[in-house]
Amino acid sequence: MDPVFILMVALFVFMIIGSLIAVETRDLLSSVICLGAVGFGTSVAFLLLGAPDLAITQVVVEILVLVVLVRVVITRRDETAATGRGTLATGSVLLVMGVLVAVVFWMLASSGAGGLQVRPFGDPLMNHEGPASAMAPADQPQLAAGQAAEPQSIGGAYLKHGLLGTAVSHGTGAANYVMGIVLDSRGYDTLGEATVIFTAIIGTYAVLRRIGRQSHAGHVADR
Amino acid sequence: MTLAMLPYLLAFLLLVVGLYAVVAKRNVIKIIVGLAILDYAVNLLLVLVGYRPSPSGSPMAPILTGGVAHEPALVAGAVDPLPQALVLTSIVIGLSVTALVVGLAIRLYEKYGTFDTERMRNLRG
Amino acid sequence: MQGMSLIVKNTTRLVAGFIALFGIYIVLYGHVSPGGGFAGGCILAGALVLIVLAFGEEYSRRVLPHGIAKTSDCLGALAFLLVAIAGYMAGGFFVNFLDRGEACTLFSAGTVPISNLAIGVKVGAGLFSVFLALAMFRRSGERGAGGLLSPRSAAHNGDES
Repeated sequence: MDPVFILMVALFVFMIIGSLIAVETRDLLSSVICLGAVGFGTSVAFLLLGAPDLAITQVVVEILVLVVLVRVVITRRDETAATGRGTLATGSVLLVMGVLVAVVFWMLASSGAGGLQVRPFGDPLMNHEGPASAMAPADQPQLAAGQAAEPQSIGGAYLKHGLLGTAVSHGTGAANYVMGIVLDSRGYDTLGEATVIFTAIIGTYAVLRRIGRQSHAGHVADR
Repeated sequence: MTLAMLPYLLAFLLLVVGLYAVVAKRNVIKIIVGLAILDYAVNLLLVLVGYRPSPSGSPMAPILTGGVAHEPALVAGAVDPLPQALVLTSIVIGLSVTALVVGLAIRLYEKYGTFDTERMRNLRG
Repeated sequence: MQGMSLIVKNTTRLVAGFIALFGIYIVLYGHVSPGGGFAGGCILAGALVLIVLAFGEEYSRRVLPHGIAKTSDCLGALAFLLVAIAGYMAGGFFVNFLDRGEACTLFSAGTVPISNLAIGVKVGAGLFSVFLALAMFRRSGERGAGGLLSPRSAAHNGDES
């Protein structure tokens, strides 16, 4: 069996235990620290799955999240807010979650045998090649006619032609395929992402600006 | 159910834990923690979908090292770069969203003096 | 926020430059090795956050005024858009119009390194300015609740409690 599979299962068990402690503990500081454990577990999982870019980003992002959250928690003591909602509410929420997990379990278990087509772990669609005409644009069948078999997924096509290109398209020329996709092939996605970050920053400034804090007190609302 | 589906199910369990924290907890900080766990679980699920072992055994990152001559080996064995590209932006978005929610939580604490959503409701009708 | 002890400050003096250098390396070599604008920008923001935490907010305001963070955030987004528009001049939005060169060398991949640089500046400055906003708000909130009460914040405080 693939050692990555065993390591991934072990990491997932660690992360689920860590997240349960983070959700259920009464101390907010240890909750935040357990969130940090889950985040660093995610980073190690990215590294095991062959994604060093994501591992680097996840480590640094996790540190920043921890700094922000610990600074919030450590100066604001709130002893009273340790309890959850009532028994009935929590019970119904848990029931819905259990139904959700059961549905997903059934979906994964029946995949391949007439159910939803989910590929098993470690065997993505890009492992399988089909006729090139399946991946070609519908109005240009003659372009695909002369080529050999192509991978059946878009990721496989990026991997096969992303660097050097084909007869009809240019490659990105970036040795890091991920950066080639992010900044060249799918530049629109990155532009939208930059917009989202910009909006979140503006939103943070708007939420935290000082005039709003004074105006709700009533004295300086008309200023 | 084949054993190979187990990582997907575990990632979904992690997602459910985060969802439970968002829905059922009263404390704002707990809700933020649940949002972050949801974020990690979804990112992990997307990256899991693209994994495949390389012929040499260990996973191969989609990064070409040592010149263009090594390109066919990379194409044959590297993991899927497309989910990684999508998740890369998602991680940074998660951080900025967390910062926004933390800002909201600080404002709520400043106004009501507590992180408890039930008590906030009781204080101001 | 007054900053931390002497040991923390001296260690920060030693380390912060190297962290920022590593961030710049990650940004510049993003297209040939793991990393890129997102990771490098986050590392740059981490170095700046370390300086703010160690030396206190007053010092970092003197070294790096808040306007610079916001301005470079906007400039990064604008530079990324300019790269895309320059591609539009050459045939289509986000077209890689520069020479792609030989793969695995520093000067390759056309517009990808330039976009990486823009994204790195944008992400780093954006995350740092978010952190500064959170830190500034905490400081003003502490002063409002503590002993140094200006008349206006005293009235505001009494009204709220």
